[in-house]
Amino acid sequence: MTSPPPGGFAAAAGAGPYFGDFGGRFVPEALIAALDELEAAYEKARHDPEFAAELARLHRTYTGRPSIITEVPRFARHCGNARVLLKREDLNHTGSHKINNVLGQALLTKRIGKTRVIAETGAGQHGVATATAAALFDLECVVYMGEEDTRRQALNVARMRLLGAEVVPVRTGSRTLKDAINEALRDWVTNVATTNYVFGTVAGPHPFPAMVRDFQRIIGEEARAQVLEITGALPDVVAACVGGGSNAIGIFHAFLDDPVRLVGLEAGGEGVATGRHAATITGGAPGVLHGARSYLLQDADGQTIESHSISAGLDYPGVGPEHAWLASTGRVEYRPVTDAAAMEAFLLLSRTEGIIPAIESAHALAGAIELGREAADAGRRDTILVNLSGRGDKDVATAARWFGLLDEGEL
Amino acid sequence: MTTATTSPTAARVDAARAEGRAALVGYLPVGFPDVETAVAAARTIVEAGVDVVELGLPYSDPVMDGPVIQAAVERALAGGVRVKDTLRTVEAVAATGVPVLVMTYWNPVLRYGVDAFARDLAAAGGAGLITPDLIPDEAGEWLTASDAHGLDRVFLVAPSSTTERLALTARASRGFVYAASTMGVTGVRTSVDAQARRLVEDTRRAGAERVCVGLGVSTPEQAAEVAGYADGVIVGSVLVRALLEAPTPAAGLARLGRVAEGLAAGVRGGAA
Repeated sequence: MTSPPPGGFAAAAGAGPYFGDFGGRFVPEALIAALDELEAAYEKARHDPEFAAELARLHRTYTGRPSIITEVPRFARHCGNARVLLKREDLNHTGSHKINNVLGQALLTKRIGKTRVIAETGAGQHGVATATAAALFDLECVVYMGEEDTRRQALNVARMRLLGAEVVPVRTGSRTLKDAINEALRDWVTNVATTNYVFGTVAGPHPFPAMVRDFQRIIGEEARAQVLEITGALPDVVAACVGGGSNAIGIFHAFLDDPVRLVGLEAGGEGVATGRHAATITGGAPGVLHGARSYLLQDADGQTIESHSISAGLDYPGVGPEHAWLASTGRVEYRPVTDAAAMEAFLLLSRTEGIIPAIESAHALAGAIELGREAADAGRRDTILVNLSGRGDKDVATAARWFGLLDEGEL
Repeated sequence: MTTATTSPTAARVDAARAEGRAALVGYLPVGFPDVETAVAAARTIVEAGVDVVELGLPYSDPVMDGPVIQAAVERALAGGVRVKDTLRTVEAVAATGVPVLVMTYWNPVLRYGVDAFARDLAAAGGAGLITPDLIPDEAGEWLTASDAHGLDRVFLVAPSSTTERLALTARASRGFVYAASTMGVTGVRTSVDAQARRLVEDTRRAGAERVCVGLGVSTPEQAAEVAGYADGVIVGSVLVRALLEAPTPAAGLARLGRVAEGLAAGVRGGAA
């Protein structure tokens, strides 16, 4: 690792628009006024005790925060006997960490006075969270979702429609999350006077990476205090899955200036060497996609390469610019986890602890298995905090196919 | 900085102005339906009276483009078109004598290397770049490279741009400023937004010497209307649609020629 910046990593990460060489605003001029408006509204809100109080009230009475920590000793036996603690974002209302960000952005939408929200979604978790907040705050809601993902995650499409949102299947390009973002950006350019774009992750143009991170920071702030209380010490390692990277940034931030190892687990798909993966930092290169300079999967001409992952939520060829910076400084390590390893961890947590994780989060669990075993090989028993960012209900059909859990007639 | 004397695009717009009319800027994507036909298509619109050719570099994630151009670009990419094909097409079209601008999203240029791309574009006879997802605030490297290689840099303004941003963009642009007529993406529209006229006036007041209007201009009547207040009229989707909907490349070129002639008549004050 390069030496920490003066004042520490958390301070250096700052409020954007740049994270070292990464970040910025690579968007059409037509969107700049809206981004400025959002940035100003957010700047005002984050220094406003009323905004903080309202968000805290929603966290407590709607989401169910603070989310608990669960120690998982039976699972941990497979992790070189490490001590493994799960931060249970899967227990939030709507089933993942996405709600933390969406409630913040929905409150901002109200403050700006806009009446319509749009969102992109891959696995459907962010779309469901946005549709939920739109129902709660009486906002019109349109969710863009790649046609391929609407098939993989049909249940979430139905959930969003139940909540009153319009779901638009996107049929351009690879018909996945990246194309859903393109289509949402086109909608936003056209309807920006009435519409706020509730972006789901720490990517995109400024102020989204910093703002979404701030709304997700509560994960790490809670977890740091909880782990200290439970174990009397900081964890040795914090592990989280990284697609766009919002749950990972959310849990990492509170530990950036602690002597704690931070590890982001990327979707290795069929293996980085096969080219069929979504491990953007491990297997990509710096470039511009969806409004920010960061790492992305691209060919020699700068065309975006389609990503591949069994997890729709990680199936994205880009990553948030703050992660690109944290990788470049060496403060956070990024490793790929294959589909097979993630599914093995998915099954293991289900069987040993009675917790069915989202396949996204199963990548972090697979990381914990690997990291715990490496520590054991080095003669240590590490305490590993894993961000269990979502629950696996939505993934049951995928798992049933993967493991052959159903007979022909039951499918 | 608007160094009119060194900008071939500005010179061409000024020449049209000297004729008492607006310039016509025509967009076509490289490699659609294939590289050779795209070159023939560009020559066709030049013969029909287009003053400046805008060649689109096909890109996987064209967020400022509507369905017509998206469809064409997807087919160009599926056909295997490469960035080098853009430079070859520039060279072939520049031989007709009209200024050739490349419309490109930023990542392909970044990947090629900003200075290297500028160097090779200049060597191919290109006039400069139109950059729909690069604002002057993020364009430091491109400002330097375009100065070093004597290239035009066309940035966009939108109806949502503030006065400060209009001034910033006017200062950074060379050749002309691209005024997006409406809040939206490229496409064929039944009318040109009335706010386009105000945007042109505001952009001039902010210091721009030449302002061309694009997004949604698709008929000779619309071209004539926009020509009444702008320095240039930018057309794209309507040209691409002529190629897209044709049964054969030859039929597409014939249809394209007729459409371009109509638009050229439009900016000359008549609707053919």
